[in-house]
Order: sequence, then C-alpha cells, then structure tokens
Amino acid sequence: MLLARIIGTVVATRKDPRLEGKKLLICRPIDPDGKDEKGYLIAVDTVHAGFREQVIIVQGSSARMAQGCKDTPVDAAIVGIVDQVSQD
Amino acid sequence: MYLGKVIGRVVSSVKDPALEGRKLLLIRRLPNGPAVVAIDAVGAGAGETVYVCRGREAAFAFKPEEVPTEASVVAIVDTIEREL
Repeated sequence: MLLARIIGTVVATRKDPRLEGKKLLICRPIDPDGKDEKGYLIAVDTVHAGFREQVIIVQGSSARMAQGCKDTPVDAAIVGIVDQVSQD
Repeated sequence: MYLGKVIGRVVSSVKDPALEGRKLLLIRRLPNGPAVVAIDAVGAGAGETVYVCRGREAAFAFKPEEVPTEASVVAIVDTIEREL
C-alpha cells in the first residue's frame, strides 16, 4: 500500500455504471517525510477524504475488497486517512 | 514476496472498517527500495527484518476476513544464510 496526498478530483459523466456515485481523486505518491514522489494515480475514495489530505491507497485486485468496491472495475482505492506517520 | 525492514508506523483513524484494529507498518524494501505501508499479521516491531507478501495474496493472511490490503507482514526473519 502507498502513502499519497490528494491533489485533485476527476469528473466523469460517461463511465461504467458500477462507478456511479464513486468519488475519483488524483493522488500523488509521497515518501514518509511527506515529500512528493514521481507520478500520480487516480483512486476511488471510500473514506470521504479531502483535498491535500494524506491517505493510504491500496492498489491492484485487493482494491476491490475496499468497502463498496466489490465487483467494480477499480484497481486503486483510498482506504484510510493518515493522522500521523512515525519513523524509528 | 520480499524482505523488508520495519522503519515506522502509520496512524489512521478514518479507515475502511475491515482495517479496524490492524497495525499499519511502514516498511522499507531491502536493500534500499521504496517505503510501503503494510498490515501486520504476526506482531512485528520496530527495526525488525520481515517477510512481506504482496498482491492479492496479502489478504489471505487474514482469512476468512476480507481485508483490503496488497502488502502484509507474514513472518519475522531470524537469520538469513546465503552464498555470495
């Protein structure tokens, strides 16, 4: 799973019916210190995350096990909002 | 599966209900790969070398519950023997 920060939203009118009502967010992977890393990904929000929040993203087929994503065409889901990252 | 080192913890209060009560660990893929978040299935702690299972199979560690994870800590490494 990845740490990421939400940097935007995506609006899509024509889409798979199973994606209707789901919020699509643009996320940028970050390192444990909060610094941006390369690239971006679009993830389905399952925890009502908001702009600039740090989140946990689950990728791949496991994303379909997130709440409300069963049997949906999803390969990245936001499953948690990060309160704190502590490093040893 | 790969070896990793526990470098920290992640705290999250708003999360998927299936993740309630699970420990989220910050793992550095050895020798010096990226940091990933993994769910602990064995009680690993700070600084330990662990064995991480990734992909769809990572969720099998928590059967019969369906936990949305693609990285799980499934073993704590005691020793590694190898030929150079």
